[in-house]
Amino acid sequence: MLAFVSPALRAAGDFLPAIVFDFGGKFDRSFNQSASEGAERFKKETGVAYREFEITNAAQREQAMAQLAKRGATIIVAVGFTQASAVEKVAKQFPQVKFTIVDAVVDLPNVQSVNFREQESSYLCGMAAALASKTGKVGFVGGMDIPLIRKFALGYLEGARRVNPQVEVFQNMTGTTPAAWGDPTKGAELARSQFGRGADVVFHAAGATGLGVMQAAKDLGKLSIGCDSNQNYLQPGSVLTSAVKRVDVAVYTAFKSAREGKWRAGPIVLGLAEQGVDYALDEHNRSVMSAKMAEALNAAKSDIISGKLKVAEYRTP
Amino acid sequence: MSRSSALPRWAEWGLLPLINLGVALALAGGVVAVLGESPWVAVKLLVAGAFGSQEGIGYTLYYATNFIFTGLAVAVAYQAGLFNIGVEGQAYVGGLGVGLVALEWGEAHPLLVLPLAMLAGALGGAAWAWLPAWLQARRGSHIVITTIMFNFLASALVTYLLVNVLIKPGQQSPETREFGPGAMMPAMHEVLGAGGIAFAASPWNIAFGLALMAAVAVWVLIWRTRWGYAWRVAGENPTAAIYAGIAPARVIIGSMVISGALAGGLGLNELLGSQHRILIDFPGGAGFVGIAVALMGRNHPAGIVAAAVLFGGLYQGGAQLSFDLPRINRDMVVVIQGLVILICGALGDIFHAPLLAMLHFWGRARRSATG
Repeated sequence: MLAFVSPALRAAGDFLPAIVFDFGGKFDRSFNQSASEGAERFKKETGVAYREFEITNAAQREQAMAQLAKRGATIIVAVGFTQASAVEKVAKQFPQVKFTIVDAVVDLPNVQSVNFREQESSYLCGMAAALASKTGKVGFVGGMDIPLIRKFALGYLEGARRVNPQVEVFQNMTGTTPAAWGDPTKGAELARSQFGRGADVVFHAAGATGLGVMQAAKDLGKLSIGCDSNQNYLQPGSVLTSAVKRVDVAVYTAFKSAREGKWRAGPIVLGLAEQGVDYALDEHNRSVMSAKMAEALNAAKSDIISGKLKVAEYRTP
Repeated sequence: MSRSSALPRWAEWGLLPLINLGVALALAGGVVAVLGESPWVAVKLLVAGAFGSQEGIGYTLYYATNFIFTGLAVAVAYQAGLFNIGVEGQAYVGGLGVGLVALEWGEAHPLLVLPLAMLAGALGGAAWAWLPAWLQARRGSHIVITTIMFNFLASALVTYLLVNVLIKPGQQSPETREFGPGAMMPAMHEVLGAGGIAFAASPWNIAFGLALMAAVAVWVLIWRTRWGYAWRVAGENPTAAIYAGIAPARVIIGSMVISGALAGGLGLNELLGSQHRILIDFPGGAGFVGIAVALMGRNHPAGIVAAAVLFGGLYQGGAQLSFDLPRINRDMVVVIQGLVILICGALGDIFHAPLLAMLHFWGRARRSATG
């Protein structure tokens, strides 16, 4: 199979970065897409091409990574916690290749594990939701019911309770299969049912499913909160804010530091303080987010950064 | 399936599938050309990726093993006139059984663990098929509807267990810890290596041999036993079966239980052979591909093995294709696979009548020439 190595990629020089996306695909307008944007930014700035692969089944993770390593990849970024076991296996087979995994921890000398404190941005979004809500009821739509999404939900709940201890938070998970990340129709249905029960702001942490949540909010004249990427622009005027997770920065930094020889293995945790997560404020949501609201969020943000305010992290059982 | 006029066997089993495959590939080539890639290069990459190297062949046969199990599962039910769409869920629950045995007794000797895991897989799959079968036999709930619903129930059950009970503490991903060394299905390259034959590493494992044995067993069961005979009679004509003293309820429950047990074999390949842990959604749609495999293989074990290898090749070659031609992304690969399923499976008979007419015409021309 090595006979098929494309000469153009070999000629690009010794440095060959690569990225493996997970099930959602690189155009999910959310998590994977953010990663893709980071890789694109690196390509634009340095002119170095990268290889990419979108997996369609579990066995392909390992296969794709091993193949990228065999074809001379210098650094491989694996996007998503589901890739942890594959990274563990392949990183052992190719100790000279650098691996960066996002959203999981793999403890090996050639693996960098980048994780985010999603609870911090979710906390701010929970505050924003409770501040914006007139009914005292807010909603949360998750993708698959996994620990990572419960982390979002818990932070959101805490933030909302801080603003309004009596707040009612409706929580729904979309499904139990990975299809739950790509089902906008069901996302819209869940959001509609939460709006029907009196919620007027719904936060999604559901990948492409969330696009349906945001559409439903727009259609009913309610508010939604985006996730992972800054999604304020998707439905301007009806997106209150977005819980931004800078996967793009993680990918960009991994590629760039590897090229400059500054890449280090080990765990990296990015929170508000490191600007790895944040809430989004731009021209698309200024009409729905008042200056007073932003002030309250910024105050909480600096409290979290200074350590005055601790946000609980969901722990796996 | 009854037909007024049948093709000769070589045409029915050899020529017709080849024509179908050719048409499907031609259509797929058209799509590739529209995307601005050369169809010829794409086909070459696809075939070379699937069969052009030892590693490629290994992956192809590894995928094929899943499809043999699920294809056989669909076919056994189909022979009894039942459309089992729940193979995905049966494989999921069967795999859960396999995984639980592997987690519990993973440190014991493989000769003890592997048969036990096989039994647990078969039992899990059979149990998940038994309930819809019972509902069909005793309560008249249509098996197509119930088995589809049981797919979702299986998925909800396993996700719940993985997220809340079986997850390895302190990690994000809903996966169990790794199985012990006794619960690893030996990989084919290790087995061949021990026999002095060097073969590139791949997840291809001896579950493939088990799948082939299952295919032979299914052939014996369906065509050489009284059970199989009763199932086929009930499948061809339920009314006649009742007159012949065959109890429909027993046919439904018996064939579905065997069908589910076969689906449980997927866990042996996927979990013991490759992943070595229980993870979310490990059947990965193989249960649904099994329907296409059974259709294309004409519900006969030999045809199913051939169709499974073809689909394994499409999976593996398709991955290579998107790897080497970035413009052909994974969604395109699904389109190409879908075309093959559509033409070879769902529309498998569209060239039946034209082919029959052509053979008749040739036959007559030859007879008049010699006579």
